[in-house]
Amino acid sequence: MTDWPLLSLVTFLPLVGAAFILFIRGEPDIVAQNSRAVALWTALVTFLLSLLVWVHFDPAQPGFQLVERAPWLSGLGIDYHMGVDGISLWFVLLSTLLTLVCVIGSWYSVTERVKEYMVAFLVMDTLMVGVFCAIDLVLFYLFFEGILIPMYLIIGIWGGPRRIYAAFKFFLYTLAGSVLFLVALIVLYLEAGTTSIPHLLTAKIDPTVQKWLWLAMFASFAVKVPMWPFHTWLPDAHVEAPTAGSVLLAGVLLKLGGYGFLRFSLPMLPEASQFFAPLVFALSIVAIVYTSLVALAQTDMKKLIAYSSVAHMGIVTIGIFTPNALGIAGSIVQMLSHGFVSAALFMVVGVVYDRIHSRDIEAYGGLAERMPVYATVFMLFMLASVGLPGTSGFVGEILVIVGAFQHNAWVAALAATGTILGAAYMLWLYRRVVFGALVKDSLAAIRDLRPNEILAFAPLVLLALVMGVYPQFFLAPMAVSVAAVLERFSAAAGGLALR
Amino acid sequence: MLGSGFDLSPALPEAFLFVAGLALLAVAAWRERQANGFTLPLVALSFLVAALLLLGRDPTPTLAFDGHFVADGFANFVKVLILLAAAGSLLLAPAWLSDEGVERFEFPLLALFSTLGMAMMVSANSLLALYMALELHSLPLYVLAAFKRDEIRATEAGLKYFVLGALASGLLLYGCSLVYGFTGTLRFDVLASTFAGKGGAVLPLGAIVGLVFVVAGLAFKLAAVPFHMWTPDVYEGAPTPVTAFLTAAPKLAAFALLLRLLFQPFATYVDEWQQVVILVAVASMLLGAFAAIGQSNIKRLMAYSSIGHVGYALVGVAAGTGEGVHAVLVYLGIYLVMSIGTFGCILMMRRQGRYVEAIQDLAGLSRSRPLMALALALFMFSLAGIPPLAGFFGKLYVFLAAIRADLVWLAVVGVLTSVIGAFYYLRIVKIMYFDEPAESFDPLPRPGLGLVVAATAVLVAGFPLLPGPLVESAQAAARSLLGS
Repeated sequence: MTDWPLLSLVTFLPLVGAAFILFIRGEPDIVAQNSRAVALWTALVTFLLSLLVWVHFDPAQPGFQLVERAPWLSGLGIDYHMGVDGISLWFVLLSTLLTLVCVIGSWYSVTERVKEYMVAFLVMDTLMVGVFCAIDLVLFYLFFEGILIPMYLIIGIWGGPRRIYAAFKFFLYTLAGSVLFLVALIVLYLEAGTTSIPHLLTAKIDPTVQKWLWLAMFASFAVKVPMWPFHTWLPDAHVEAPTAGSVLLAGVLLKLGGYGFLRFSLPMLPEASQFFAPLVFALSIVAIVYTSLVALAQTDMKKLIAYSSVAHMGIVTIGIFTPNALGIAGSIVQMLSHGFVSAALFMVVGVVYDRIHSRDIEAYGGLAERMPVYATVFMLFMLASVGLPGTSGFVGEILVIVGAFQHNAWVAALAATGTILGAAYMLWLYRRVVFGALVKDSLAAIRDLRPNEILAFAPLVLLALVMGVYPQFFLAPMAVSVAAVLERFSAAAGGLALR
Repeated sequence: MLGSGFDLSPALPEAFLFVAGLALLAVAAWRERQANGFTLPLVALSFLVAALLLLGRDPTPTLAFDGHFVADGFANFVKVLILLAAAGSLLLAPAWLSDEGVERFEFPLLALFSTLGMAMMVSANSLLALYMALELHSLPLYVLAAFKRDEIRATEAGLKYFVLGALASGLLLYGCSLVYGFTGTLRFDVLASTFAGKGGAVLPLGAIVGLVFVVAGLAFKLAAVPFHMWTPDVYEGAPTPVTAFLTAAPKLAAFALLLRLLFQPFATYVDEWQQVVILVAVASMLLGAFAAIGQSNIKRLMAYSSIGHVGYALVGVAAGTGEGVHAVLVYLGIYLVMSIGTFGCILMMRRQGRYVEAIQDLAGLSRSRPLMALALALFMFSLAGIPPLAGFFGKLYVFLAAIRADLVWLAVVGVLTSVIGAFYYLRIVKIMYFDEPAESFDPLPRPGLGLVVAATAVLVAGFPLLPGPLVESAQAAARSLLGS
């Protein structure tokens, strides 16, 4: 089985499923039903295949594994080059899992243009897995920017009332950042003579050029993360996107920025990363404090969670640039945890939105009476988002804060305020929506989670708990890769990095 | 190496096209009624045969017609692209011609003679051949633009195209005569060796002025800013199949001529012409990005879009390197596929027997005609340069060449204008996918149009799977042009 091009299979299988769906013909109801079925099976098999990647992955071995390589743009020496290391492995699993969750979660809630919907999500699956498996710069960029196309359609077709504005803003904002990354990518290629990421990791680049490259990459990744003040597309996109769109947006797309910093900026441009680290810290701290305060003032549930995402991603960027083993491992865990937790929180909002068609916090209250299962699930993810020990949110935050403390006590102290503010807005949200007496007439007949919704939440609940109780399960396989990133960084930065 | 005056073998494909054209003309003159139906497929077929004649040819340069004509690897490659583009855009026409009641044999025959002119432009090896070939390619196009002679818009388009085209020809001819006057030769290869012999001595002022005039005349044919004024009106007014024809093959021919002129005789004077090309490129990219935003007619929008794309291709010329030439060829090869496909979609916009052109007419197309909407969306994303579609690779090669030639700022301008340009391509996708459906379009009467659109859509989406053929043959062509 190891001889098989496993990563390519995982990457392109969803595309095959999408092609199948395109050819489904017949009565609208039957087409919708068959599209759902094909999408479910494709997403499931893709997820199982990605588990196989995990099985074949050897955590003790440094460098990229399951590598596939074939000539592609031969004149330029650019190859089709895929591989995973201890960092990207988890994001591949996250992408395939969340796609599956999205398909299950929108089984009943999406009734309009189901065929196109499922095609869009399967195409997303291909692009998301591809971006984390690609270890060639151009191939990475291909997937990285290609994601814009299905996401634009998902927001624009199945989104809320201001979907068109949100779709355009999302697309153009992200594109503007990405194209500068394209220029940086070409310069990097010309400087180092290769686009192969494993080779680039050992290339020496002139520090002045590094600074320009770093800024160009920052333009792209900071928009994706998003870092303050480049975050303004996020609330719009999240609020208007359909539930499953928000799930992928929060769960996977935001991680692309952090992954980019970790894969490119830090190891390839160590001197510049060192130089610009204070900038990242400053912006991240502003993001944590400012967007947490903004979240407190929100009346729209989705918007509140969107702002909380910006704050949580601020913790991630601090962790990446600490840069020490604790901080980096913590930021990866935080990204994964945010992947399950914020995805689940958007689904939590989606569940009640499907029933009442309102995202206003005001419209709810006392849901615990009629929806006990829902209230429990919501509570778990609310606490995970706050960072309660025993949930996944705690592990990432504590690692990053300890890592940051080793670097600079002030950064750590300010980052920790995010946890306090986070507790404030999340607990308050939960109290207003779930607790109290159920007095509103509109809520009198609201029904608890459907089986498909429980099925969609189940893996996320499990992961949030496992990661909280036994984080070593996730930390151990990534340790070697994190050490490798740090080693390159400290070697190039002349040992300055580790104080 | 000088071919004898009577050896026509280097020009075999052109000779074939010429004879085929004359034969069809003769037949059509006798059997007019039947000829209206069968001429077009036969012309398309003769394009394909001519392309086949070119495929196996030796890439070493061979001269003919006393050195005024050259057949080399570069010319062969570009001619194949031109012939395929001409055949593809011609195959879009039959449904339109019969719907509009102008199914006449002159249409394909004019296209054939224009294409013959384009092929000769690519092989032109002297200022005289350049001018003659350019006129042979232009004159039939003027007639084609006014082919629906009883429609005011089309007549206006034809007239405008002709008057401005004549002006450009004048500029070009004036430039040619200046270059001839100051250097004493018409032939490109002789010019090249004269310049090389002088070892980088300063170009006489008159020759520089002449060069600028020639470049300006060619920029008119390319529709590059500031010689673009005719484009929107002609694109909008000309019959849609003619517009489709105009966007693809003639651009390629004019680019090939520009490349040969700048990279063969004037190769040693890169510094002299580079700034002019950069200026034109930047202006075209900017205008193409901004002016298209406000358009409501899709043909007009495509006119501005083509101006922008010429700007991107010129970035490759501005690089002034073999890599730049390669990038231009890849870019144009991809662009012509996208533009033929897009115009195919525009020709499907027919409602109750009438052709419509407003962008708003596409509203909700994704529901009424999902496959057409998918194809057009692919073309739009590709024109915007979004990976993984073909259009991205064109931009990648062009910007790569520019950055390697130390023109990083030019590449930055390019990518930023492409973000602005993305807005209007996205708007078309938005109208098709997000808006409420308008009335449905008529079903297609013949499968030809749908087949061309499907084929181009597959090429655009499938390019990353098999980039080799285009990229590698373009590289060989670029090497052949630079003689390395």
